[in-house]
This record gives sequence, structure tokens and C-alpha cells, in this order.
Amino acid sequence: MSLLSIQNLCLSIHGDPILKDVSIEIAPGEILGVIGESGSGKSLTAFSTMKLLPEGSETTGEISLNNRDVLTASEDELCQMRGRDLGMVFQEPMTALNPVQTIGAQVAETILIHENVSRSDAMRRAAETLERCELPQVQFPLTRYPHELSGGQRQRVVIAMAIALQPKLLIADEPTTALDVTTQAEILILLKRLVGEDDMGLMLISHDLAVVTGLADRIVIMRKGEVVEAGKAATLHQTMTHPYTKALFEASAHQPDRSEAQIDAPLLRVEGVSRDYTLPRKTLFGAPGMFRAVNDVSFQIRKGECLGLVGESGCGKSTLTRAILGLEPIQSGRITLAGSDVFTDEVARQKMQVVFQDPFGSFNPRHKVGRLVGEPFFRLGRKARNAEIDDALISVGLDVADKDKFIHEFSGGQRQRIAIARALITRPELIVLDEAVSALDVSVRAQILDLLVDLSARFGLTYLFITHDLTVVRAIADRILVMQGGKIIEEGDTDALFNAPGQAYTRALLAAAPSLPT
Amino acid sequence: MLRYSLKRLGSLLISLIVASLVIFACIEVVPGDPASFMLGINAQPDTIAALRDELGLNASIYERYVSWISGMLTGDLGTSYTYRSPVTEIVAERLVISLPLAIYALTLTVLVAFPVGVLAATRQGSKTDISVMGATQLGVAIPNFWFAMLMVLVFAINLRWFSAGGFPGWDAGFFAALKALTLPAIALALPQASILARVMRSSLLDTLSEDYIRTARAKGLSKRQALWRHALRNALIPVLTIIGLQFSFLLAGAIIIENVFFLPGLGRLVFQAISQRDLIVVESVVMLLVFAVIVVNFLVDLAYAWVDPRLRSHA
Repeated sequence: MSLLSIQNLCLSIHGDPILKDVSIEIAPGEILGVIGESGSGKSLTAFSTMKLLPEGSETTGEISLNNRDVLTASEDELCQMRGRDLGMVFQEPMTALNPVQTIGAQVAETILIHENVSRSDAMRRAAETLERCELPQVQFPLTRYPHELSGGQRQRVVIAMAIALQPKLLIADEPTTALDVTTQAEILILLKRLVGEDDMGLMLISHDLAVVTGLADRIVIMRKGEVVEAGKAATLHQTMTHPYTKALFEASAHQPDRSEAQIDAPLLRVEGVSRDYTLPRKTLFGAPGMFRAVNDVSFQIRKGECLGLVGESGCGKSTLTRAILGLEPIQSGRITLAGSDVFTDEVARQKMQVVFQDPFGSFNPRHKVGRLVGEPFFRLGRKARNAEIDDALISVGLDVADKDKFIHEFSGGQRQRIAIARALITRPELIVLDEAVSALDVSVRAQILDLLVDLSARFGLTYLFITHDLTVVRAIADRILVMQGGKIIEEGDTDALFNAPGQAYTRALLAAAPSLPT
Repeated sequence: MLRYSLKRLGSLLISLIVASLVIFACIEVVPGDPASFMLGINAQPDTIAALRDELGLNASIYERYVSWISGMLTGDLGTSYTYRSPVTEIVAERLVISLPLAIYALTLTVLVAFPVGVLAATRQGSKTDISVMGATQLGVAIPNFWFAMLMVLVFAINLRWFSAGGFPGWDAGFFAALKALTLPAIALALPQASILARVMRSSLLDTLSEDYIRTARAKGLSKRQALWRHALRNALIPVLTIIGLQFSFLLAGAIIIENVFFLPGLGRLVFQAISQRDLIVVESVVMLLVFAVIVVNFLVDLAYAWVDPRLRSHA
């Protein structure tokens, strides 16, 4: 008998159909992975189950949890069910907790709201629940505030809040997407353990096939508000029939063809670079503290090469990127591009461009694409500039007419193409890609990776590819640097490094990265 | 929290010292000799010199600053050039009107703005919200002296509930004095309450769309519970900033309303003192207002830390 049964669920918001005939079942103790790209309706399926939907939502069909219909329940009944019968864990642990309340109070609240117990009893149980989520009271007393915890620790608090009353169903919406790969692995193990201990059902929502495949019993693939395929997790890659599922598996393991790459003499030299940050003063007249974010880093990138730089958040990779771009001063060392110093030589800056992670946030929303892309050429006449803009747009696979549109009219993948066009227009030799494909869906990511490889071959481009995603870096990089605590701890050719990592940290990173069955 | 408070207190003292230097320097460079102003244009140079001597204007800058500061610390603000009576007395007389008036007006502001702001935010887009937004827009736009005169016309002249102006003094009884301050306080509170209600509304709307409100709802809290337990305290941070600014303004900036209601408050005192070159009064009142502003900011800082634990640990 199933714990959660969703039958023919349709959802429309302000008349726009979002979900179409979604049917999903979860048995007690079962982990169901729900996979889909952005806009596939996977999160709204979860929110429908909680009946926490935006204004203007209309639903038809049936959602029954433990034989109680959710969609027809009154708001009072729903408030009783939420938190007690079903708990939810969210994507963004940094913002999912109330910043002005202690973690103890927030976990205890789940208990207090549903049970008639004293505050001290609730706090005692909150402490037990946090212990279950591997936040021992010695290190993480109930009086801690969310800002005193890391992302992974906060996610454990969110999980503790969700399981405090041992609900029958737990919904986890992209619970590890915002976390580092090693933290992700720990949280996934925790979820699996809790499901086993409490015989909970778990709906695990993710865009990442590899994450879900490793954990789930069954998988449902969603696309544009519909379930297109369902099957056992262990065998889905063999039994899949829907073309979209096949495309998804292919895109996840996509390997762009880099056979034509010509590698030459060194282009970028980073020699003994250190970057210090001043910490706020502890006392009014005391000397400010120093934090060394990048510590004596040296490496080279040869012309035509794609160098991957991997590391977890806080390892100093973004700081290093800003230094290479000449955006922030360094305290020691030297960075040269084709022999010219990036801090003093204007020529070096012209030969170097950057593409950032967030393709929307890095554009001025009030400028048209033509102006965004053509900005470096404001001195050129209108006609010459338009010709350059057209060239750049065509080379990234966009249309010339796109230059009169605004950035919000494009999808995430198209925006990243525009960002690449903006980088290409000055005919740079080096492009720094700072998590440039991390925010993209797998199928779009595969296209962008192909584009990058194609552009590299056509224009002789060199890439510095910065990412936390090992799958991506394996697909595109020739050589990899592993960064930890401000230092490069390992360097090597991609295949050699993946097959025989030398450092314990690299091995831990590789072991934590989820992989698809082959 | 104690560490944070002590640090704030330290920066308060430094601000006060810097402010006193700036005020003193400004007064020094203002043109016009108070002695010749007091004696009129026909005064003999030796009379002026004698008066300058008596007023202590011939001492060195350094000596005058020190005697001003040490006087202030012992409650002696000197003698007014024009009134020829101790500044402490003059200021105290005015302060017993201006301070209660500011507190009264601010209390009204908060009492009106909080519920109105919360009501509008919880019913965003409804008729209630639209009328609140319209009314507060009007409240900001209406000049408060005109609103004050309108109130005098209705409540004092036609209905005869209140007197049209003046202040009977606190000796006349607490409620009689409070009654005399009621119309001015309402006139002062109207624009402030309108601003604060709008800030409250938008701040609360921002917090209500935060992720942790969704988390709270997923725990089983109703909309109302999520609002009271999670949204309100987070929404207070920008509201506190505005309240701090408003109190400083109400204390010193009530001059027009003081004139409409014929109240002998601080604002009128400064205005008169400036036009009569009574620099020692100007100096003292400005210093007093600076002191009030800095102390209010200190209290707002403490309130921030009470609301937001992140500030306590960043200190």
C-alpha cells in the first residue's frame, strides 16, 4: 500500500497549465527520485503535496497521503499535517532558516506547534533530533544562531526541523545543490540513514541524475510538467525508452570532442602569487587581522589549453580569478599574460575576458544585447561596431536580430551564449570561465561545452575553467589544478589525475562526487 | 552583547567629542560680534570691549572651549547674551515642552504605523491595502502646518475640545498639559506615521517572501503564526532605523508646529537665538540636540543587536 499517491495531478497558475496529469506513488521506506530540468514542474509537484502553492493556483486530480486527501483538506487540517505527517527540506540552506532565532528554538517549534508539551521538553527533544542529524550538542548547542553554521550544518538543522516529529514522508527539494561535493555526500548519507531508521518515504528532487541514481529506489523523470518516464533507479539507464530520458543521460555524461586542440607555448604565467584580506579590527585601535586567501600559487597555462581549477567553496579560487583578471591587487608574486603584466599593462587586459556563473546577474537589465556585447568597442563608429557585434553573436550561435532584445527575453543557456559573445568580441586569447556552466541544466550545459570547444578550435582560445563540478571539468579540461586552503595541492593531466589522484584531499573529492552507472 | 554595548558606548563618546569641536568651530567662524550686537550700532568701542571682557570673549579659543565643555559637564551652560539669564534655565524651560512633545508624537507614530503597516502587508493588493497606501501618500503630502491649522479650526474653534495654542505648564496638571500637546503631537505624527507605515509594509512584504517563511509554513505554522513568529522581528530592522531618524527630527524640527500652536519649544528658541546672535544659546542647544541624536542612535544600535543576533557576534 502506498504512503503517498498522486493521481492525475494538474496544476495551473493564473490559468497557465504547469503540471499535466502527474501520477506518482511512494511506499513507506521508499526513496523516489524526481528528476527534471528547470521548469519541469518537479518543485511544484512537491509544493502541491504540501499544498503550499503560490496565489492563483488551481489544482485537479488527487493527492492522498496516508489515505487522506491533501487537495480537499481545509487550511487548518493542512497546518496539522505539515510538519507532523510530512516534512520538507529546501534547496538553499543559507536562507531557509530564520536568522534571528536560535537553531534550538527553530527545531523545537516544529514540536511545540503540533504537540501540547512544555518548552523545556520540546528543547530536550530538539537537542536529540539535532544529535540524530549529527550536530552534537557539545559543538552545536541549541543556542547557536544560523549564521554561526556552515551551509552543510544549516542543512542538517533544516533536516532536523523536518524530521523532529518523525513524519511519514519527507520531501527534499534539491537538498544538496547549493553544497560542496563532500558536504553533499555527507547529507545524502544522512538522509538515507534517517529514511531507514524511521521507515520514512522520501521524495528526492534533483536536476542531477548522478545524485539521485546513487540514492533512490525508483526514479521519475519529469519534463514540461509531465512525467515522461519512471523506473527502478538501478536499471533505468538500461530500461529507459523515452527519448528525453536518453537525451538526459547522454547530456549528463557528455564529452565534447577536443581532438583538434593545439597546445603551444605558455600564455598565462602565475608566479608565487599571494593575496591577503584585511579582517575587521577586533578592537578600536588594534591592528587589523590578515587572512591569506591565496597562498604562494604558481602555475602556467599554455596557449590553446583548457586548464581546470577545482576546489570547494572558500578555497580561494574566486580570489585567484580576480587577481588573474587584474581586478584585485596581489601582495606578492607576478601574473603575466603573453609577457605583459596584468596589473600594469592595458594590452594584457584586452587579451583576457571572463564569463561568470550567473548569466542574468552579470548583465545590466536595461541595456539591449547589442550594447551589452558591443560595450568594449564604444570608440568604434556605429557601423564598424555593429559588424563586430553581428560577428560575435553569429559565432556563439545566436541571431543578428537578437541584438535589439533585452536580456530577460532569453533563456539561461542563451544568456550564457551572450556572455560568451561579449567575451569574444575583443578577440581575446584567454577566457576565464568562472563556474560558467554551473547554473545551467544538463542538456544546455552540454551545448555550451560543445560551443566552447568549437570556439577554442576556431579562434585558438585558451580557457581557465573554474568549477566545483568534477564531471564537467573532466569532460573539458586538458589539465587540472586542485586548490585547497589557498594553495594548489595537486596538478596533473585530467585522465592521470582522475585515475590516480596523489593527494588524500583529491581522492576524497573524487570519491564524494556522484557518478552515473555505466 | 555586553561587549557590543561597550563598543557602541565608546563610539558614542568619540562622536560627542568630535561634535562638540565641530559646533564650537562653526560658532567661532560665524560673522557678527555678540557684544556689538547687544549694545546696538551706537555703542562706544570701550563699552563693547568691556562687555566682551565680561562675556569672556577675549579669552583664547582653547580656554573658551575648555570652559564651555567643563561648564556643560557641571550643568552650567553660561549666561545668555540677550536674556541675561543662565542658559541652563532657558533650555530646561523649553525642553520640558519639546521632549514630551517629541515622545508623544513618536508614540502616536508607532501606535498608528505598526498596525496599519502590518494590516496592509498581510492583505497586499486588497482594498484595505490600496486605501492604506492612498491615505499614507496623502499623509506624507499634506504640509503639516496646514493640517495643524485645520485641526485648530475643527477641534479648537468649532468643537472647542482643545485650546488653540499655548502651554499651561506641567504645574497645571499632567492631563491638562498633555491635552495642550495633543493637537501638536497629532500634527507632527501624521507625516511620520505615514512614512513609518509604508516602511513597515514594504519591509514586512520583503520578509514574508523570504525562504524561512516558507520553511515555517512547511513546519505547520499558519500564515498568521508565521507572520508573528518569524516575519515581524526580521522586518523591524529597517523600521528601527526610521524611528531613530524620526525622533531626532521631532525633537529639533518641530519649529513650524511650535509656531502654529504658540508653544515655547526648543525649535523657536534656536530660531530666536540665531537671529539675535545669542551664540551661547545656539551653541548649547545645538550641542544638546547633537547629544540627543547620538544617544538615540546608540539606543537604535542596541535595539538592532537585540533584534539581530548577527550584529552581536560581528562586533
